[in-house]
Formats: sequence, structure tokens, C-alpha cells
Amino acid sequence: MAGTGTAHLRDADDIVLRVEGLVVEFPVGRTGLTVQAVSGISLDVRRGETLGLVGESGCGKSTTGKLLMQLLRPTAGSVRFDGVELTTLSGEALRRARTRMQMIFQDPISSLNPRRTVRDVVLEPLRIWKRGTAAEQSAKVDALLAEVGIDPARAAESRAHQFSGGQCQRISIARSLVLDPTLLICDEPVSALDVSVQAQVINLLEDLKAAHGLTLLFIAHDLAVVKNISDRVAVMYLGKLCEVGDCATLYRAPAHPYTRLLLDSIPIPDPAAPDVPVTADGEPPSPVLPPSGCRFHPRCPAATELCATTEPTMRPVGDDQFVACHHPLVAGLT
Amino acid sequence: MTRPRPLQTAGRPAEGPLIELTDVRTHFATERGLVRAVDGVTLTIQRGRAVGLVGESGSGKTVLSRSIMGLLPRRGVVRSGSIRFEGTELIDAPRSTLRSLWGREMAMVFQDPMTSLNPLMRVGEQIAEPLRIHLGQSRAEARDTTIRLLTEVRIPSPAERLRQYPYELSGGMRQRVMIAIALACGPTALLADEPTTALDVTVQAQILALLSEERRERNMTLVLVTHDLGVVARHTDEVAVMYGGKVVERAPTAALFRRTRMPYTEALMRSIPTVDDPPHTRLAAIPGRPPDLVEPPPGCRFAARCAYARERCHAEEPSLVASSDDPDHHYACWYPVGTVEPVALRPADPAAVG
Ligand SMILES: Nc1ncnc2c1ncn2[C@@H]1O[C@H](COP(=O)(O)OP(=O)(O)OP(=O)(O)O)[C@@H](O)[C@H]1O
Ligand SMILES: [Mg+2]
Repeated sequence: MAGTGTAHLRDADDIVLRVEGLVVEFPVGRTGLTVQAVSGISLDVRRGETLGLVGESGCGKSTTGKLLMQLLRPTAGSVRFDGVELTTLSGEALRRARTRMQMIFQDPISSLNPRRTVRDVVLEPLRIWKRGTAAEQSAKVDALLAEVGIDPARAAESRAHQFSGGQCQRISIARSLVLDPTLLICDEPVSALDVSVQAQVINLLEDLKAAHGLTLLFIAHDLAVVKNISDRVAVMYLGKLCEVGDCATLYRAPAHPYTRLLLDSIPIPDPAAPDVPVTADGEPPSPVLPPSGCRFHPRCPAATELCATTEPTMRPVGDDQFVACHHPLVAGLT
Repeated sequence: MTRPRPLQTAGRPAEGPLIELTDVRTHFATERGLVRAVDGVTLTIQRGRAVGLVGESGSGKTVLSRSIMGLLPRRGVVRSGSIRFEGTELIDAPRSTLRSLWGREMAMVFQDPMTSLNPLMRVGEQIAEPLRIHLGQSRAEARDTTIRLLTEVRIPSPAERLRQYPYELSGGMRQRVMIAIALACGPTALLADEPTTALDVTVQAQILALLSEERRERNMTLVLVTHDLGVVARHTDEVAVMYGGKVVERAPTAALFRRTRMPYTEALMRSIPTVDDPPHTRLAAIPGRPPDLVEPPPGCRFAARCAYARERCHAEEPSLVASSDDPDHHYACWYPVGTVEPVALRPADPAAVG
């Protein structure tokens, strides 16, 4: 299979999340066809690590996030979180596991209940799970609100729409942290924010990660943002992973032609930097009828016969760098 | 080839001012009061140049572009100042004057392609319509031109795409169609409002390359509205930085990046992560949020968020002046970058969280 394989999975005892062979299929209208939005993804995240998941729109990043949370049930594959298999859990057991695994989304305003005060919204999970006395709950919420930069007094008398987008993202972050989760899945958490506010929220996530000992999965399309926040990065194309590796290494020496294309496409904010010619035309094809072999082959400048017929599997190309490509951009390897 | 040549090749000058804005103000009457969306912009756009308009959300980029086009709501708008296009005053021009300019003289690519394409009309008809109205092409001619245009914006199998509706196209394809429509009549000036913001980075690169090509081939003037400093750096000759409805710095692109004068521009540049920095590089976030345009603060509108602000900045408004060592570099600041040491922001400032 293309971009599948598990060579990049690690054998460490501090793995918080381990995903293997994740697949989800959706029916396409009434055509009887199905589309595999996520097509055999394997990932792992170590405690305290930030894994960045990048790719273009429609590649299945957000779907992957929902599958991990079991907000969507995978068609196949396994999701082990803190040693517990989530795909077979349901009801109370699943809800309990989810308290240690939280998710924040791109559109912060619509993910907060508009009818409750913001302070109530943040407090609600504590009430549902009956964590502590009322006084303890209040103290915890106020401390968290202050930590994310929201005035608790104002939060007690205002609703979500009275706050800016950046403030609402801070509020949803506070809510995601009240139950002391281990893992925070962030799906495009800053892409709706203005650049100046985006920097504030990225810095906040870094601070909270350190203060609360969090493990992060950071899903985004912006390569610069992902590089800034991640320790390790996975690049996704059309439902598959094409490259996984140490963040600095992968950006310095991308091994997959698609990673290379992404990096070359970023406009560098320096008028004096040399021009990089655009190497590929077109857009990702529809996942309904994905290309044979390597899914990237129709757009790939390095593609050969082999790429059209045979799906590459993940293999190591460096210390912590893995690529699913027949012709990786690595000296001495083809 | 049925593609019209731009009018300026027919005996028009290749250089000189094309669009001259003087103290342009566009205010909206709302329940909260008058929103000063564009509040005194003076700017000259030279023929054949690419000018970037950058700034954060709400700084007035879209309203300024729409003011130039004359595409503003009919009610509740208070306008003043002067907007000249090739010498013709547009601020109080009758609709018929604007109509005669749209398409052939100036065209606009809108920020949201889904709301600006007609969902009920096949894309082929949407491109052909201006060709028939403005250029008087026959049905057959317009069809040929349309196919040519779709080919130019790299839409595969254009003859089949003609028959599709906007919802059948991907975001990238829709944006290409928008650009094809805007380029249809070979406009002298193109105002492109965030033409690539909704697109993936690989598609963005293709679209921007296309606009640059179009510009070189036809000496087209381009106003590129964006909040992406990378896009500005790579694709413009000059930049105007907007903040709170005003232009706060204006310079040739290279000069703006090499020698930034306005603290806001510097702060914007520092706040963006880049792929050149190592992972976990601390970002220099700008505290707070942009000013309220109903009751803008006295003095410099950026003062509350500025690391260099002194008392004077909170009291007196600086005007846009030319730099003493570079007459093309303008900035509105009492203490430009490099002249004073940064100070701690006022701690009690409610604007400190965005
Ligand atoms: N029709 C209108 N009525 C009232 N206020 C308006 C109207 N159109 C725009 N505004 C206000 O004018 C200000 C400037 O808006 P504008 O859309 O020009 O910003 P922008 O720089 O284009 O932002 P963005 O980057 O988000 O596109 C904003 O405060 C906006 O809310
Ligand atoms: Mg806009």
C-alpha cells in the first residue's frame, strides 16, 4: 500500500498514543462507491512530545484527529491511548478515556456554547465529572482562565460572542485543560486568527504544554507554524502519510518530493531570497478515485513506472526520518 | 487570437501614475456609530507596478480596494477625499462612469470566491458575459476567448469546465475562474483581494506565478491585498502597510524589508513564524488587538501595542512623511525603529490580550 507501513513507529515505553493502520471509509452519495478519507495511517506520540500533522486541504488531517478522539469510528485500525485500545471502547468507558484526551478546533467561537457565560462553559466538564467541591471547581477555573489570559470576572458575566476570535481560542484551551488531560489534539487552532494573535496563541500553547506536562498533536496546513511548534512532523497526502521525522531534519532535508514541493511553495518573507521555480502543477486529485501506486505520482517530478504500479512503504532514510517513496531525495538511495 | 490586448498598449504611456488617492475616507454608519474603516489614505499607484496592501484583519484593506472600484453599499456610507483613475475623479462619479471602467480598466478578484461567483450560472457564461457586454464579442467569439482564458489560468479540460457550476469546482479551481473573469477584458489594473488566502500553498504558488506573468506580458497594474508578508515580499514592487484604516508605512518592497521604519511593520514581521527558524523559536507576539474603528484612540493608533511608544504617541497623531534618506519611503511614526529603546508596555492596559 502507498504511504503505509509502520517502520516509523517507535519502540519506547513512554508512548502516549499509538495508531496503527487507521482507515475510514465514507459512502459517496448514492453511487455505491466509497471514499477512503484516511487510508492506512500509523502514528505514535511520546509523552511530552509535539507531533505536527501537515498536509493540504482535503488530505484527511482533521478526519484523522476525529478518528483519534473516536468522534468518528474508524473502519479499520487501532488507536491505543495510554495503553488502552479506544476503538473497542464505548459508553462510559470511552467518555472516561476522553477526559484525558481533549481536542480544540479551528473555529473557536462556534465551539463554545453561546447561551452560557464563558466561565460556565469552562467549568462545565468539572461539574459533569463531579471533580472536587464547588469551591475547588471555582478556584481551578479562575486560575486556568487567568493562566490563558482571560479575566475571570469578565468571563463570569460575558458570553462567547463578546470576545474576539483569539480570546475565544484561549477560552476553549482553558476548557480543554480543566480535566487535566494528558493529550491535547489541536486541529488548525490558529489558522482563523490574525498573525499577531496567532503568535500569542502559539506562545500560550508552548507555555501551557510546559506547565501542565502536555503531549500535543498539532494539525495544521501552515508549514511555518507547524515547524515552530513541533518536535516531530508527519506529512500527509490524500489519506496517506508520505514522510515522518524529526522536525528540524525534515524541514532541512525533505526526503519525499511532496514535502519538498510544499516547502518550495512557501513564499519566503524576504525580497532578496532567490526565486524557487514551481515544480509541480495541478492540485491533489479526488480521494474517490485515488491514483494507483504512489498517490502523489501524477504530480511528482521524479515519478517512474514503478510509482504508478507499486505503492511505496515507509522506510528509514536517516536517524529519525522515514519516507514512503521509491525515489527519495536522499543521496545514495533510490 | 480573440483575446483583447490591453488598452494601454494602444498608444498609452507605460509609466506614470494610474490611480491617485488623496485623503480617502470611507466610513460606515452603524448602530454602534460611525465605523472609520478607511480614514485618510493618500497613495499613488504607478502604471505596471504591483503594489501590496498588507495589514491585519479589519485594517481596511478590502474597504479601500472596494472604494477604488466604487463597489460599496449604496446606503450608510460616508465618503470623502479624491480617487483619480487616469485623471478621472471617481469618488462622486455617476454609476455609468464606473460601469464603463469595470472589466476593461479595472477589475477585482474578491476575497471569497464562493460568494462572488453566481451559484446558478455555469462558469462559462460567467466569463463570457463581460466579454459580450464590454467588448461586444459574439457568442462564438466569447466562447473561444473563454476557453483561452481557462487554459491561461491552467484549468484542465476547459471545454468541459465551461458547463460546470461553481459548486462542482474545488476551491482552487473556483479561484482560478474568478481570476479568469477578472482578466477577461484585459484590465489595465487588477485589484486582487486575498486571491490565494483560501488556497493551499502549492496552488497559491501557481496562482501568484500566473498573476506575475500576466503583469509582465501586459504591463498590468496589480494591487495585491494580503496579510501574508511572504506573498508581499515575493510578488510586489511596493508595499503599503495599513493599520486601523490608515497607511502607516509605504515603501519599495526591498526597502520596507531591509529598513523597516514603522514599529507596527517590524512587529508584524517578527510575529510570524518562518521555516528558517529552528523549532520552538519564541515568537515575538504583538500584545493586544487592533483599535476600535468607531472610537479610535487619540494619537497614533498603534501606540497601545507599541514597544517604542512614548507619551507623545498617545496624544498626537503622526502623519505619513517621507524618510529623510529615502524619499520613496514613507512612515507615520514619532519614534521610528532604531531611534529609541523599547519600553515595557503599560501593564494595566486592557488591550494586552488578543
Ligand atoms: N458594510 C460595512 N458596514 C460597517 N462596517 C464595515 C462594512 N464593511 C466593512 N466594515 C468594517 O470596516 C473595517 C475594515 O474592514 P475590511 O474588510 O476592509 O478589513 P480587511 O483589512 O480587509 O480585513 P481582512 O483581513 O479580515 O479581510 C472593519 O472594522 C469592518 O468591520
Ligand atoms: Mg479583507
